[in-house]
Amino acid sequence: MTSSDWSIPWPNALTDMRYRMTSALLSLCGVLLAAYLYLYKTGRIGTLACGTGSCELVQFSSYAKLLGIEVSLIGLAGYLVLLALAIAGLSAPADQRPAPVRALLVLAGLGVLFSAYLTSIELFVLHAICRWCVGSAVIITLIFGAAELDRRRTAR
Amino acid sequence: MADQTGGLKRFYTLFAVVAIVGVGAIGYLMSQQKRVIIPVDVTVQASDTAGFHGYLLGSDSAPVEITEYADYECPHCGQFAVVTFPDIKARLIDTGKLRWRFRDFPLNGQTGSRVAAHSAACASDQGKYWEQSAKIFDGQGSWALEPDPADVLRGFARDNRLDLAKYDVCMTSAKYAGRIQADYESGGRLGVHATPTFIIGGKMYPGGLAADDIKRLVDSLAQRPH
Repeated sequence: MTSSDWSIPWPNALTDMRYRMTSALLSLCGVLLAAYLYLYKTGRIGTLACGTGSCELVQFSSYAKLLGIEVSLIGLAGYLVLLALAIAGLSAPADQRPAPVRALLVLAGLGVLFSAYLTSIELFVLHAICRWCVGSAVIITLIFGAAELDRRRTAR
Repeated sequence: MADQTGGLKRFYTLFAVVAIVGVGAIGYLMSQQKRVIIPVDVTVQASDTAGFHGYLLGSDSAPVEITEYADYECPHCGQFAVVTFPDIKARLIDTGKLRWRFRDFPLNGQTGSRVAAHSAACASDQGKYWEQSAKIFDGQGSWALEPDPADVLRGFARDNRLDLAKYDVCMTSAKYAGRIQADYESGGRLGVHATPTFIIGGKMYPGGLAADDIKRLVDSLAQRPH
């Protein structure tokens, strides 16, 4: 992503923030997506807009829970933490306050691994794909990419 | 510094727009009528059937037990439930001679049957399984041909004085989809292929049985030495 994509100038210190801004926006999208799936699973939303996908099959499979906890709830909690870390990272340049950026990278990395596990279950065990789950996998991968680029930039 | 402040301001504006649109969309979806979907090919897990061995009616000490596999949409099952079963209940179950075990066997392609089975399962949460089951069979003609039978089934739940808030959460969560599928699979393993099918004294009786036939079988089995 370049500064021209956003139509926002990225001078000086603001340039330091662009990856964390990206992470924050993506985390917000992840929060909304995970909340949608969780509200559907708990009966507060009646239908899941899934097109021709197999969202219901995936959502009501035994793999939609981990240790008795809804996977969508785990995702919601994870994205909220990522969002908090990304916002915290916006309060100062990464070289002055590196902890949130590092934590964001580690948590996003774990999220990518978890998403890879869930996607493999969809593909090889359930033989069904939930588009929202794929969307979440893309979001967490992009957050990880942004966090990694941020780490590389500050390491220079 | 001014550029930085302006950039952050634009970022937070964009952030707020995304948040408002997203929360608004979710709020709108939550305000819409909920459609109940009970998935067909769920993967049964151990927790789906933990402590569950079918819906039981009658004394634990009854000398004979009958297991019925039935489909809520099947007309023969409906006829049996409405015409024959009350007689069996009065003559055999209520008198302690027979215990009845009901298991769901929703035939493939009849997804409304799973919604009905789930409705009865949700009623069992509130201790009214048999009342809801009877209403569903009795009113089969009013919901079985509906593309979305959930509203009619909810009306039965209301008639049975269920807590509708709890019932709605139960139905939309589809939490018993795995249990229904487990029942279906258990019937398949036994060789059930039609509904209703009765298992009496280890033998399988596909198709409707008259109350007198069942009474004769029960009396005969009750006299056997155990």
